[in-house]
Amino acid sequence: MRSVKVIVSFVFTLSLLSFPSSGFQSDELLVDDEEFGLEGSPQPRSPEPIPTRSPPVTAPTRKRHSDLDSDSKIQFSLEHAFGDSDFSPAGTFSARLKTWSHGGQTLTKLRFSRNSFTDEDKEKFKNLLESDDFYRIRIPSNVLSPPGRDFVISSVKARCLPREGLDEHFVIHMEGVNVLAVNYGSPGSCPYPRNLKLPAKWSFSSHTVLKNSEQAPRAPVFTEEILGGENAEGEVVQPPERSFWAKYWMYLIPLGLIVMNAITQAMNMPEEQATGQGQPSAGAVQRGPSSAAQIGRESVNVFFPVNGSYLVWPRPLNTEINLCIKILELKYFVGSRISEVKL
Amino acid sequence: MAIRSFFAPFLFFALCSYSSLTPVLSLYEDQVGLMDWHQQYIGKVKQAVFSTQKTGRRRVIVSTEENVIASLDLRHGEIFWRHLLGSNDVIDGIDIGLGKYVITLSSGGSVLRSWNLPDGQMMWESSLQGPKHSKSLLLVPTNLKIEKDNVIVVFSNGRLHAVSCIDGEVLWNKDFEAESFEALQVIQPPGSDLIYVVGFAASSQFEMYQINARNGELLKHERATFSSGFLREVSLVSSETVVALDSTGSILLTISFQNGEISFQQTPISSLVEDPSGPAVIIPSSVPGIFAIKTNAFTIFIRVIGEGKLEVVEKTNHETTVSNVLPISEGQQAFALVQHAGSEIHLAVKIAHDWDGNLLKESIKMDQQRGLVHKVFINNYIRTDRSHGFRVLIVMEDHSLLLLQQGAIVWSREDGLASVIDVTASELPVERDGVSVAKVEHNLFEWLKGHMLKLKGTLMLASPEDVAAIQSMRLKSSEKSKMTRDHNGFRKLLVVLTRAGKLFALHTGDGRIVWSHFLQSLHKSGTCQSPIGLNLYQWQVPHHHAMDENPSVLVISRCGPSSDAPVVLSFVDTYTGKELNSLSLVHGVVQVIPLPYTDSTEQRLHLLIDSDKHAHLYPTTSEALRIFKREFSNIYWYSVEDHNGIIKGHALKCKCTDEAADEFCFDTRDLWSVVFPSESGKIIATVTRKLNEVVHTQAKVIADQDVMYKYISRNLLFVATVAPKGSGEIGSVTPEESWLVAYLIDTVTGRILHRVTHHGARGPVHAVFSENWIVYHYFNLRAHRYEMSVIEIYDQSRADNKDVWKLVLGKHNLSSPISLFSRPEVITKSQSYFFTHSVKAIAVTSTAKGITSKQLLVGTIGDQVLALDKRFLDPRRSVNPTQAEKEEGIIPLTDSLPIIPQSYVTHALRVEGLRGIITVPAKLESTTLVFAHGVDLFFTQLAPSRTYDSLTEDFSYALLLLTIVALVAAIFVTWRLSERKELQDKWR
Repeated sequence: MRSVKVIVSFVFTLSLLSFPSSGFQSDELLVDDEEFGLEGSPQPRSPEPIPTRSPPVTAPTRKRHSDLDSDSKIQFSLEHAFGDSDFSPAGTFSARLKTWSHGGQTLTKLRFSRNSFTDEDKEKFKNLLESDDFYRIRIPSNVLSPPGRDFVISSVKARCLPREGLDEHFVIHMEGVNVLAVNYGSPGSCPYPRNLKLPAKWSFSSHTVLKNSEQAPRAPVFTEEILGGENAEGEVVQPPERSFWAKYWMYLIPLGLIVMNAITQAMNMPEEQATGQGQPSAGAVQRGPSSAAQIGRESVNVFFPVNGSYLVWPRPLNTEINLCIKILELKYFVGSRISEVKL
Repeated sequence: MAIRSFFAPFLFFALCSYSSLTPVLSLYEDQVGLMDWHQQYIGKVKQAVFSTQKTGRRRVIVSTEENVIASLDLRHGEIFWRHLLGSNDVIDGIDIGLGKYVITLSSGGSVLRSWNLPDGQMMWESSLQGPKHSKSLLLVPTNLKIEKDNVIVVFSNGRLHAVSCIDGEVLWNKDFEAESFEALQVIQPPGSDLIYVVGFAASSQFEMYQINARNGELLKHERATFSSGFLREVSLVSSETVVALDSTGSILLTISFQNGEISFQQTPISSLVEDPSGPAVIIPSSVPGIFAIKTNAFTIFIRVIGEGKLEVVEKTNHETTVSNVLPISEGQQAFALVQHAGSEIHLAVKIAHDWDGNLLKESIKMDQQRGLVHKVFINNYIRTDRSHGFRVLIVMEDHSLLLLQQGAIVWSREDGLASVIDVTASELPVERDGVSVAKVEHNLFEWLKGHMLKLKGTLMLASPEDVAAIQSMRLKSSEKSKMTRDHNGFRKLLVVLTRAGKLFALHTGDGRIVWSHFLQSLHKSGTCQSPIGLNLYQWQVPHHHAMDENPSVLVISRCGPSSDAPVVLSFVDTYTGKELNSLSLVHGVVQVIPLPYTDSTEQRLHLLIDSDKHAHLYPTTSEALRIFKREFSNIYWYSVEDHNGIIKGHALKCKCTDEAADEFCFDTRDLWSVVFPSESGKIIATVTRKLNEVVHTQAKVIADQDVMYKYISRNLLFVATVAPKGSGEIGSVTPEESWLVAYLIDTVTGRILHRVTHHGARGPVHAVFSENWIVYHYFNLRAHRYEMSVIEIYDQSRADNKDVWKLVLGKHNLSSPISLFSRPEVITKSQSYFFTHSVKAIAVTSTAKGITSKQLLVGTIGDQVLALDKRFLDPRRSVNPTQAEKEEGIIPLTDSLPIIPQSYVTHALRVEGLRGIITVPAKLESTTLVFAHGVDLFFTQLAPSRTYDSLTEDFSYALLLLTIVALVAAIFVTWRLSERKELQDKWR
């Protein structure tokens, strides 16, 4: 019996908990807590607010909510104007007012219910669309004592709103209980030139975002780190490990060239053997570059302009430059040999 | 990868600039003055004291409205020494004590300083406090001594002080507690130990205090009441008589306080002059026996003949100015009188008691562009024939200072240039065929000689004389001061509007004044007593008709500071300085918006917003109206109401519904508003991008071959607000209750694109906005240091245009029109750094195509201009940049910005009282022209990435020629040699 009681009460609470969300189609904007500024935390990009389609009902649903905890719940109204007409009520924002221990007050859980357009409104809006005029909205600059010092106004070209229905996007910039500014517009792009397009449905789908100020990053203070960094640098200055190719390319390229030369000569060999045997130099070619160099010693002195002297081939290969020079010379030498042979 | 090739030119230039980590643009010592010039000014003279006795160098000490104390050479008008006091340290009075000290009273009478006359070093400073704020008066008696100590008598802050002239010690002081007592004169009759302090109390009571000068003891205090009250000016006619006017300005009161008895004598002005025409005012003077009053039409000089009897000696309707009094011999005092008559001024020097006899009468031709004489100071000298000679120093309406002697202008100083309000640059005339400017190119021999000298210089062979010759040759190279346009666009005219209302055109080559024009609308006149110049705009910049049309500027001037006062538009030709036209407007002007449209004569369209929020279009032609109508719905602007913290956006609505209005008047409407809560935000800075800024590329290639697109919008506004408490003095607020919020607002839709709070920061904020970044400077209370922050904005909506195929196939959105009504997708990057200096002004270099990398120009508190590379303010800096980032030129992050002494643009010079820095692009892409103005003017050329597109000025062509010749010769010789060798080899 006891367990049954427990289960019953559990089910009951569950149903209680789930009741508000299942009882009606909420127009609530489920905004992440990050939007309300956990102060100092790095701010990710504002998440896309979940679009909710406000039902075209005349009785606003917020009343049911306000019954639950009316003490910290506040409402403020949205007013709109078509072109230069006067402002008239267009909807209601309701939110929870959170009082912090340090005395600051912020709004959380902003909900919005929009009144649907009356026929007169529709007519006016059509006129706006035709004349590509502004649709203007305003909300009070202080949510506790509206309108505060003044209303904050925002406006958009009416042709930016119609899509499937009427899409609108509010960004409300808050500073405590003060509304700094409201940015109103279409949630997406509004390409220019704006074309006349009548909405298929006269219902608004509203997106709202509350924004508080971000904290600036502090100027970096790292005098110690710099000192530490210098010490570390003084001790171990380890150049990054380089790849085999990066280290030895200057040796590998000449080697490759030598090999290639050897191969070409090896290719030429049978040909030469066929043309003439009598020339001694042709034999030198067969033996590959290293032996070719040995043979060349007897007959060739190369004038080399870099050091301006006759260079007697070969010389000890000790520096890179020398090596490169050698390669060039070698090519020249071998090439000339070959041409001689051909002649 | 292929996208890189699109940005190849960009990369090339980037590499150029990044090739060295710190591109220092220091000069060599001998390059000073080649590109730059520096001019020193002092401002409008308030008071002048001559010091000519027994000193080898004749000099005059002046105090000015720019808070400068300066010692000027009386022979040439040059500055011997000069001190600029702070802007809140206004000079109340100056005098010379003991013949060798300059005594100054400043800061509302609370700071008394003594400066050494020959070199301007400060001797002492003493602070004089008192019970209440009052007028401050300085008196340096010549022969009043207390125990061998010369005494300075100062009345300030409701207290009379006697201060020692030697060390600034306060010998005695005496409070004047009476609540409403307002001292007007402190008198010390020569030869007595008495000091009289006279003044008014409660507007209808005359009070006189007689004080013992030795110890400050109050000897007598008399008061007398005059029922109809006084005007607040008196004229001292003898040491025991003053003249005042009653509150209606129609009755003259001669008040004598001989032997401590006060007696009034009333004389209605109408009994002296038949037709007084309105209330009169007294012209403050201290000529014994004579005073002057001024009515609407006349200036009347009245003599006092004993026992309060008055007699008119002269009545004139010319503008007249009276000088101070100069004792010339025992009992004789002279003064000067300057009157305007047409294009001449008449100078008369008279003895105080003898009106009809003139010691001197001269008439001097005066430039009409200088306006009226405002102040006259007289000085005498002994002529070669032992008679008295007189010279006068006059201050004109355009703030210039002139010395007149022997009927001629000995020297003049254009000190109006010490208070520049607005600057714009104008092109010079195009070189025409008929006018041969090439004549200045001297013959070949001269040219060769010059280059040989230069060659010697580069090879370090030059003797000192040669060096001097090279220097002078460079300086006078007429190339840079020609009056025509040059290929590189270095020669321009700087059109400058001064506070006095005079326009000057300065040549950028050498800083000389090409023309100056005192605008008719800014002359003081009957209808407008205090006209002020507001702004300068480029009205017409002909490109297509550059040969036959002159560019012109628009000057907006207003009568008085209130926003609905009548406004005059003046159009001035910038080649000649002629006023082409002027329009008196029927409406006021709050805001002037130059529109980005020009008509067929290349006149720029301007929109003027009046205080009733009507927009008026200028020029008022039907063509302008047609152009305007076409763009009617695309014109948006914003207004900042910083007193109540509201920023509003506006657009045009329709034609004015007002019946009186013309067709160029339009109604406006509010589109958006941002309301800063009064308890948490006070607007202290708003900055936008420069209208004429050019951005070369939208994209920025970053290290990992990625591309970021800059968010480049002309309609961004940077706003900085601080906590209302934090806007007071430094030290008045703790870090906890001070913060600074930076906003980026789109001025078309009112969207807040970015908003960031700096806790513990406070103003003043100086900011500069360029391309897609903002740099701002503020004080960090927590770190006790100044900080600079940078915000860069990038456009995310274009971020996916990285695919080469998209670009090739044209499926990108890079060229589609942007509408600000779309929801912006931007990301911002920011970083903060410490900066050592506090800042007076901040600007950024601008070049013709925007390719060259940017430098920030920071006007430091030391009145110098520091060039700081933008790369130091790059939010992508990190402590350990990767190899790729290093190659890109990212500098490792440090906590403070480096100040490299060589990067001071002003090198060893100071631009005293620096107020603004203006950059103008030259035609040569690498170079930008920089003009800094304050009390001084400074101009130079800068090349932030060095002159990669031209050879430097001192490039030696002769050396190049020689090298080429030598190389050719060497080629021939070696060719011959090698041929011979080959031949020998073949014969072997």
